[in-house]
Amino acid sequence: MAAPLALLLIVAVTIRAALFRTSLANLISERVEVVSPLNAWKRVVEGLALLDLDISPYSGDVFHETPMVIYLFHFLMDYAEITFMLADCLTAVALYLAVKDYNKQVFRKQKFALEADRIPMDCLELIRSPTEMYYIPLKVAMFYLLNPFTIVSCVAKCTCGCLIYGSALLSAIFLALATYQSIYPLTLCVPALLYLLQRLYIPVNVRRSSFWFYTLQYLFMFLGSLLVLICLSFFLLGSWDFLPAVYGFILSVPDLTPNIGLFWYFFAEMFDHFRLFFLCVFQINVFFYTLPLSIKLKEHPVFLIFMQIALIAIFKSYPTVGDLSLYMAFLPVWNHLYRFLRNIFLVSCVLLACSALFPVLWHLWIYAGSANSNFYYAITLLFSVAQILLVSDYFYAFLRREHHLTNGLYLKKKDGSEATLVLK
Amino acid sequence: MAIRRLKHTRTHAHACMLQTPLDDFQEELVIRPLHSGDIYASFQFRTVWDADFMGDQKVSHYRLFPKSLGQVITKFSVRELHISFTQGYWRTMQWGQPYLPSPPGAELWVWFQDTVTDVDGTWKELTNVLSGIFCASLNFIDSTNTVQPSASFKPLGIGNVTDHSFLRYATLPREIVCTENLTPWKKLLPCGSKAGLSVLLKSEKLFHSTFHSQAVHVRPVCQDPQCRTTSMELRQTLNVVFDLHTSGQGKREWSLFKMFSRTLTEACPLASSSKVYVDVTDNPQFELSPATPLLTQAVVLGDRRTYSVYDLTQQASFGSSRSLNMLLRWKAADGEMLRPLLHSERYVAGYGLQAGEIHTLIYNHHPYRAFPVLLLSAVPWYLRLYIHTLTVSSKGKDNRPSYIHYQPSKDRERPHLLEMLLQLPPNSVTEVTVEFERALLKWTEYTPDPNHGFYVGSSVISALVPSVVAMDTNSTLDRPLFSSFFPCKEEASYFMRVYTEPLLVNLPTPDFSMPYNVICLTCTVVAVGYGSLYNLLTRTFQVDEPSPGLAKRIANVIRRFRGVPLL
Repeated sequence: MAAPLALLLIVAVTIRAALFRTSLANLISERVEVVSPLNAWKRVVEGLALLDLDISPYSGDVFHETPMVIYLFHFLMDYAEITFMLADCLTAVALYLAVKDYNKQVFRKQKFALEADRIPMDCLELIRSPTEMYYIPLKVAMFYLLNPFTIVSCVAKCTCGCLIYGSALLSAIFLALATYQSIYPLTLCVPALLYLLQRLYIPVNVRRSSFWFYTLQYLFMFLGSLLVLICLSFFLLGSWDFLPAVYGFILSVPDLTPNIGLFWYFFAEMFDHFRLFFLCVFQINVFFYTLPLSIKLKEHPVFLIFMQIALIAIFKSYPTVGDLSLYMAFLPVWNHLYRFLRNIFLVSCVLLACSALFPVLWHLWIYAGSANSNFYYAITLLFSVAQILLVSDYFYAFLRREHHLTNGLYLKKKDGSEATLVLK
Repeated sequence: MAIRRLKHTRTHAHACMLQTPLDDFQEELVIRPLHSGDIYASFQFRTVWDADFMGDQKVSHYRLFPKSLGQVITKFSVRELHISFTQGYWRTMQWGQPYLPSPPGAELWVWFQDTVTDVDGTWKELTNVLSGIFCASLNFIDSTNTVQPSASFKPLGIGNVTDHSFLRYATLPREIVCTENLTPWKKLLPCGSKAGLSVLLKSEKLFHSTFHSQAVHVRPVCQDPQCRTTSMELRQTLNVVFDLHTSGQGKREWSLFKMFSRTLTEACPLASSSKVYVDVTDNPQFELSPATPLLTQAVVLGDRRTYSVYDLTQQASFGSSRSLNMLLRWKAADGEMLRPLLHSERYVAGYGLQAGEIHTLIYNHHPYRAFPVLLLSAVPWYLRLYIHTLTVSSKGKDNRPSYIHYQPSKDRERPHLLEMLLQLPPNSVTEVTVEFERALLKWTEYTPDPNHGFYVGSSVISALVPSVVAMDTNSTLDRPLFSSFFPCKEEASYFMRVYTEPLLVNLPTPDFSMPYNVICLTCTVVAVGYGSLYNLLTRTFQVDEPSPGLAKRIANVIRRFRGVPLL
């Protein structure tokens, strides 16, 4: 599997390098769908320029990156393009390895279930064969690398974070890093924990002491590394200015620059009296689904991770297409759910149409002056609805497959005729 | 009892009359014909008061100095106050340099005394009080348009202050000047608008001009060359330029009556000096009537100019008709006007509502001398400047400023402040460019006509310009008021301040009719997400059993009551 992966990496790097050289790079790095005030490259350069002028980058309202990023790019300024291409490649390789690992897990579980005779006979078509699963990691890597959204984000030099899991400590560290960068990956703490518990065969039972022991250990590692990162940032710049500038900014949404999310127009048109209330509602909305989803999906932490990443990408305060590409990279892992998906055609058409319409309506509003902000806002709404439909569709398909695996594929009603399955 | 009281009041009045007056009032009018055929009139009214505002002595007896301003100065511990209201933009290349420059709109800058503990709070109160005194909307001055310059705007009066935390500067480029601002301004004059030069200040003519600027400057000055005692000086200035075609009917023939629809009949009785100066340097075929024997020369703006003087305190000036109506007539001079040494322009480049660039051009027309200038720009927070895109170039080459003070803006709190010391090469154009991004504001933050755009206040360029003629450094000599406004420390250069054009920038606007719709639609999308996930989380898959007919259902209900097994 190494050779196709290497080939894929070479192709991806070539595409990105080619795009960097053209004038499209400048154009793409200005687009609001791709960059947000949190992760625009222009703002990183501005932050470094302010640092050169002996002014704290957080004294103004232009720079909202964490101090680690400043220091990283202080040294890597000239190699920025290579850094981003490398980051993309590393993410792809990490995803490849992670999915491979996961596939092994799934296959093992399946084998046990088959041997334990828990699956009804007619479900054999639902079983996943090794051959089909062989190519999934490659497909995942391909999806990630060749997704136009990823390419475009790389070219725009977004500083999106990504999550890699391996050992417990490493995963805690990387999770802390991702949470440090933007607060939302905090919700990924739970699925990561569940995944690690599953790997160590610790059952998720609140009454078992081993569960609590491991949980506390993991939380301790996570919080510890987060604390270390924050204190390190304090010592890098010598002040706590970065806390309101980075986290306060993400949570209180003062900057209303249009993007592909729901927050900007909502808070541009909000009555002042209700602003705080709706801000709290929208921010809670991102974190709110963690607990119910983890309870429902405690046996399937990787799907839970996928759901979480997707929900974060839809409901966060400054989403970009880079966030989208990350969860879309996971879609090949759930290839086997295809037969149960109900809305996939509609969703893919809407997503394609919206991707095409975003730049058009932006141009009409900002440059041509013949449309107004409502047009762009409408497409953001459609885009969000399409993503929500995609996520809930995959969730439905997943749950349905699980139901079939336990209850049989061809179900019959009491009188023997073919039954339909509904959610009640 | 009554006799004793009468005696007390009589001795008090006697004492007042015996005291020498502590204040002095001078008025003057300078009329300068411009090269383009327009005419420039500059009024200055100066009251010098020997009261010590900075000491503990409570001042309560006001004579010539207006009480409203005196109370403001004592209450807010103001050291210097400069406020101007301007309508129109001064065209330096056509008209030359003004005696007192001012930016379009309202401008206010104040030096507080170092006894003030909370400068921001005092500033806020001061702007509100001044807004009431001048009937202007100065209450719109808040932290989002106030800056603290670090090098420009040194005190114009005495005092060697270096702590710039006591200085505040704000402009309101959108402010309109009208009769309502002129009336309270005239009320501050000792003679009001009843006698002296202020009878000429009639609003129907003054506001029918290309340029109109009225200002109030309060500063402490020295009384004697050794500066042992200080006194407070109040200067009220009014600059107006009448256009050749709209007011002058196309003829280079101006008179006081044509300009102001009034003539002068007497000097202000409270004034110690009341003079009218007419600039006769430029055109030798000048026709000025009634003729006056008095001629004086003064060095102003780096040039030695000749003036005909009419002294209104002399009855002879008014002639037999008891009124003075000067008539000036001149022919169009051939050739170019003498180019002013320092000149600047500013404009916004770029297209669309997302980003743009501000270009400031500074011209140095001196043939062989280079001199440094201080450029101050205060840009509102909703135009996010990117300081890493700042480029300064002269004659095509990069020109690094020797001093940059940049304070980045904070959203909804303070504006950008950029101050630079630039060295201008001789006979060159220096271009300062900086990119910005336009922000989307909350719908309540837009002005009533949002598509008109947002104003960016003028940039200020302060410089010591090399002078051809030796400047007069002796500040206590009896000089015309118009030549003694800016302090002169050295002979080889004079201080000049140039204001650029204000900018009008469009911002992207949301749809103002849609708040309720937007809230509903976005909440609907969030609810769609919530609903789908709620469904999938709380419901399980079940085989769909068809529901029995209506009769069977009723029968089942009855059976349930009876405790009998259902159908």
